[in-house]
Amino acid sequence: MTLIIFLILFAAVFGYYIAQSKAATISLTQGKKLNSLPIYHGLYVLTLTVLPLLLIILFWMLCKGYFLDKILFSILENEFVNLNFDQINLLAAKLKNMYVSQLVSQETDPNLIRVYQEYLLYEENISIYFNILVFFLSILIIFFLLKKIKLDFPARKKIERLLTIVFFLASIVAVLTTVGIISSLFFETVRFFDKINPLDFLFGLEWSPQTAIRSDQVAAQGAFGIIPLLVGTLLTTLIAMFVAVPFGLMSAIYLSEYAHPRTRAIIKPALEILAGIPTVVYGFFAAITVAPFIRDLGDLLGLEVASESALAAGLVMGIMIIPFVSSMSDDVITAVPRSLREGSWGLGATRSETILQVVLPAALAGIVGSVLLAVSRAIGETMIVVMAAGLAANLTFNPLEAVSTVTVQIVTLLVGDQEFDSAKTLAAFALGMTLFFFTLILNVIALAFVKRYREVYE
Amino acid sequence: MEDSIPKMRVENLDVSYFDKQALFSINLDITKNNITALIGPSGCGKSTFLRCLNRMNDVIDGCVVKGKVELDGSTIYDQRIDPVTLRAKVGIVFQKPNPFPKSIYDNVAYGPRIHGLANTNSELDDIVEKSLIRAGLWDEVKDRISDSGTSLSGGQQQRLCIARAIAVNPQVLLMDEPCSALDPIATARIEELMDELRNRYTIVIVTHSMQQAARVAQYTAFFHMGYLVEKGATEKMFTTPDDKRTQDYITGRFG
Ligand SMILES: Nc1ncnc2c1ncn2[C@@H]1O[C@H](COP(=O)(O)OP(=O)(O)OP(=O)(O)O)[C@@H](O)[C@H]1O
Ligand SMILES: [Mg+2]
Repeated sequence: MTLIIFLILFAAVFGYYIAQSKAATISLTQGKKLNSLPIYHGLYVLTLTVLPLLLIILFWMLCKGYFLDKILFSILENEFVNLNFDQINLLAAKLKNMYVSQLVSQETDPNLIRVYQEYLLYEENISIYFNILVFFLSILIIFFLLKKIKLDFPARKKIERLLTIVFFLASIVAVLTTVGIISSLFFETVRFFDKINPLDFLFGLEWSPQTAIRSDQVAAQGAFGIIPLLVGTLLTTLIAMFVAVPFGLMSAIYLSEYAHPRTRAIIKPALEILAGIPTVVYGFFAAITVAPFIRDLGDLLGLEVASESALAAGLVMGIMIIPFVSSMSDDVITAVPRSLREGSWGLGATRSETILQVVLPAALAGIVGSVLLAVSRAIGETMIVVMAAGLAANLTFNPLEAVSTVTVQIVTLLVGDQEFDSAKTLAAFALGMTLFFFTLILNVIALAFVKRYREVYE
Repeated sequence: MEDSIPKMRVENLDVSYFDKQALFSINLDITKNNITALIGPSGCGKSTFLRCLNRMNDVIDGCVVKGKVELDGSTIYDQRIDPVTLRAKVGIVFQKPNPFPKSIYDNVAYGPRIHGLANTNSELDDIVEKSLIRAGLWDEVKDRISDSGTSLSGGQQQRLCIARAIAVNPQVLLMDEPCSALDPIATARIEELMDELRNRYTIVIVTHSMQQAARVAQYTAFFHMGYLVEKGATEKMFTTPDDKRTQDYITGRFG
């Protein structure tokens, strides 16, 4: 595959130079000005060669597997006429395994080995044919394009159009990825709901998927009630926001309204370093330092504190989020026009009166937006909670007990070695879908706030 | 300025931004219940001077003010003077209307609330209504008093800012090109308004319009490159200026 891409690029660059010189020659021999500079003719050939062929290659890479499967099936069907569909399926899977692991064991059926080699041959030949085809196609395209070069060929305008397409394709990639992820979440979730009643999932008060490890166990189904996880998520997020919002907002106010530029130049980057610390580091800070501290403190006060608590996780998560709140709020507050502040000072208001009564209300929508974005970060945070809040999905509002969150459960569900279509694994997708749903709503609301804020001042 | 009492008095005022001096030893008396116009080419320091009169320059980075500025005989650049209380006495209206993103009512009530000028809600309503009436805006907004101040037109916004400024009952009103964003009709209204306000307040206005200065101001001061070149009764200044530069500016030969 790399070879053919290299060849196409080579041909395209070659076409670029030829087109350029051809355009220049035409203009010279006819003694007239070209519609577009020679370089545009070159670029035109280059992009129109590379772009479609790369798309063809991409498409081929995507559906090659499908074609090969078809071929494999037909070979197998010819070879083992007496087998039924399911058995052929099994053999195909076996062969593909051999192909992936490149291991042919001694006791394999010699017939199968023969088929395997035949298959390999096909695979190789198909690739070769495809490469040759693509290469000739590129030469063909280049010839065709070179023919089109004329004095009044509007290459410059065409390039403009092509670039629009390129930019569009680039933006589509992100969108398609999102659509792909969501649809895979969606379909796995539907499969999960085949096994588990959606009502039990959404309103169940107990979460214990671990009971469903083996299918011969009595409680084979396990309990998949999401409520304890939602409550756990809500609890840790709330605690985090209780830390992050006041500290973040106040430091934003300090930075934007009071701090001397020199102080600001030190504090702002320092705050932003907080955002750069990997969450794992926060996680063990929470588990090793904060959680025991809270437990000892609780002991002193005569309170029952679990060694892993929602409080510990929430506090550290809050610290992690401070820079998000402060840096976004800082931007929002700084964007409030200076003329508003001067208007307030000019009326004899003090700095703090101005901030509380003019600047903050003016920035409110933006601040709410940034807080909501921080909330959706807190909801999605996993590492800290895994390490500091425990795995026990207790249904409790007590911050001193261990809780578990949606993200943590997704991790624990997927790190085990279950079959891929057990209810337990599929539950992870349902959880992911729920999580996605909530953060999506939050983000939409947050962006609506931010947008309203922008409308006022831009 | 002979026959009037000076409300404010400026002596040997030097102002610089960082290392760059913007005003050089300015001396000017501002007479009570009169309108004083500050004119001069762009960048000559009119706004800087105006902002010295209520210490708005305090909040500007790198701005250093030296010299003496007095209000009713007592200096305002003094450790003991709180710029916040000073600004309640010397209000300012800016070139660009800057209503707060609050209701029209709250915009006007902002100052009185901060300074505790009203004891009851009905007193506050009273202040708001009177200020809006005096600013000539009441009839246009009395039915939409709780709409946002930013929803008004530019001219209405500027009058709202004037109402906001007079609601705190200042003694001096500073106006920095209050009409530069307005059409002739709105400008005429504000000029009318200034003439009415002059009975109660002392007004200092920065303007780029010679006609405006001639129409509204009793006294005029001409600034040029940071110097106060000429000051005196408007009529005299516009008919027989002493300085060549004043003459050139007034007749439109530069600036
Ligand atoms: N915040 C500031 N920082 C640095 N220099 C400033 C600042 N404000 C004004 N200056 C400088 O001070 C000088 C006087 O400015 P000022 O704004 O007082 O002029 P002006 O007469 O009001 O002009 P205009 O008619 O254009 O409003 C100018 O040279 C300007 O560059
Ligand atoms: Mg100015």
